[in-house]
Amino acid sequence: MMIDEVRTMPAAGQPQLMRWSVVLPGLAALALALVLPQFANAYVTEVATTALLYVVLCLGLNIVVGYAGLLDLGYAAFFAVGAYTSGILTAEFGFNFWLTIPVAMAAACVAGIIIGAPTLRLRSDYLAIVTLGFGEIVRIIARNLDITGGASGLIGIERPEIFGFRLMQVQHFYYAFLVLALLTAFVCLSVERSRMGRAWFYVRYDEDAAAGIGINRVTAKLQAYMMGAVIASVAGCLYAAKMTAISPESFTFNQSLLILLGVVLGGMGRIPGVVLGAILVALLPEVLRGAGTYRPLVTAVALLAIMLFRPNGLWPDKRV
Amino acid sequence: MTLDLLIQQLVNGLIVGSFYALIALGYSMVFGVIKLLNFAHGDIYMNGAFVGLIVFSFVGIWVGNGWLGVVCALLVSMLVVGLLGVVIERFAYRPMRNAPRLSILITALGASMVLNGTALALTGGRHYAFNTDLGFAGIDISTVHITYTQMVLVAASIALMAGMQAFVSRTMYGKAMRAVSIDMGASRLMGIDVDRVIALTFFMGSALAAGGGVMAGAYYGSVHFFMGFIMGLKAFTAAVIGGIGSVPGAMLGGLLLGLLEAFGSSLPFVGSEWRDVFVFGTLILFLVFKPTGLLGRSVVERV
Repeated sequence: MMIDEVRTMPAAGQPQLMRWSVVLPGLAALALALVLPQFANAYVTEVATTALLYVVLCLGLNIVVGYAGLLDLGYAAFFAVGAYTSGILTAEFGFNFWLTIPVAMAAACVAGIIIGAPTLRLRSDYLAIVTLGFGEIVRIIARNLDITGGASGLIGIERPEIFGFRLMQVQHFYYAFLVLALLTAFVCLSVERSRMGRAWFYVRYDEDAAAGIGINRVTAKLQAYMMGAVIASVAGCLYAAKMTAISPESFTFNQSLLILLGVVLGGMGRIPGVVLGAILVALLPEVLRGAGTYRPLVTAVALLAIMLFRPNGLWPDKRV
Repeated sequence: MTLDLLIQQLVNGLIVGSFYALIALGYSMVFGVIKLLNFAHGDIYMNGAFVGLIVFSFVGIWVGNGWLGVVCALLVSMLVVGLLGVVIERFAYRPMRNAPRLSILITALGASMVLNGTALALTGGRHYAFNTDLGFAGIDISTVHITYTQMVLVAASIALMAGMQAFVSRTMYGKAMRAVSIDMGASRLMGIDVDRVIALTFFMGSALAAGGGVMAGAYYGSVHFFMGFIMGLKAFTAAVIGGIGSVPGAMLGGLLLGLLEAFGSSLPFVGSEWRDVFVFGTLILFLVFKPTGLLGRSVVERV
């Protein structure tokens, strides 16, 4: 179709992958990330693991919010779907951890279709509030079913094994999350430049024009929504394995907000910005440890201030 | 289901439904005029309840905890929170009016979180008692006792909504509001002060939500910083059921949702812990089969 010929649109732009100013700092950051657990103590490694979890989640949400321009306020629900699917299958039915990942991905896809298919045909505002409701539904279901362990949660999730080596310590999960984060970033980079990724950019900038050049708006949005859902569910599987116990309180509206803040803070739609935002969000609870009940207010003011004064984030996209 | 239970659930449904309707109305009005889902609306309802409680505990010293106190709390809270709505519009939404849709939505979300976070920081997350002294006198229909308080609450919210409908359909400002909701640019060319009309819409919508908040606080006897979250979601559901942007639709949707919830949660296989799931299930069904709602116009996106 015609999509391939309209590459000159600034939003699609040329990928920044091959620019030295991007590659060198990227390699330095990767090298630091690789050796970090070797000299850092357990606390730092733990925080860094959380940061990597947020990197994965924020990159996933970035596909929905940053690429396709849809507001998803219940992203933690897909994270929960992944964590609970994997947790239930390993703890109750004795599945191998690695086999639960495709099942969790399929479950997230089904959930994504149930929520996305009806709402994505309507105004994008509807998606925002329906996803908000969906996030609550998933939490309520997890709290009221027997198989999910009710309010106290699911315990005794088995630790995964790879080639006879069992992931046990913080460092092991740090590397597991690092691999997942790199994998997600790679997927994002490739998808950004694919036909599907360009379709998202067009839909985000001008829906009618996108429809005019032959892009199916609903399909494009649904693809973005489901891709985000799948990434969150994989992160959920690994999270469940790391924690060995999960409860509905890990998947609240606040969790969804934090992930969204990570995407918005660094700069929507741009991978380095989102990674920066995710790391900042992971550090936030550590910095605000003494703030107590003021913590949500600080988060809120940060979000509002970014939107009003720096709407493109701390590390904005220069192409737009 | 016996007749008594039927009547009882009808009463419960009407009361909850009239709260939903009041809040849905503000949602719907703001949406109609600037096409923005005001996420902060649920939090405005919560702030209304808190302002009402503060006024009530001051006024109560002189006029007692009876009806007079509640009415004072209601009026002052509607005024103060109405102005708060105007302030939010002025500082958070107006600068964003020409921004991309996503930025506006996130700003609205930020405004909602700021209100919610402020309430949490100030109250420390505690439940506050709203101790009224309205009595339990009332009438009995078979074995169901309906208090005068319940009747007054339903009547008061219907009166507020009828007043709003009259304002929108009969006055000059109402006409300006309808004009802005149809075409903002053309309204400006016709000499309508669009900024003022939007501010007025925010004032009225927020005042209605505050009225709902004070009534709900007085009725349930408790106020909490998180009370607006679920309420905002349900008011949105009510607005969608009735047809978003439509004033009579919001009232109809609110009352229907209240009844649906009351009867739905008394079904044997649903149960009250599944009530919210039931409500959102309804929302999703409506979006699939009748996204324009019962009384609304087309809402398919054409940005």
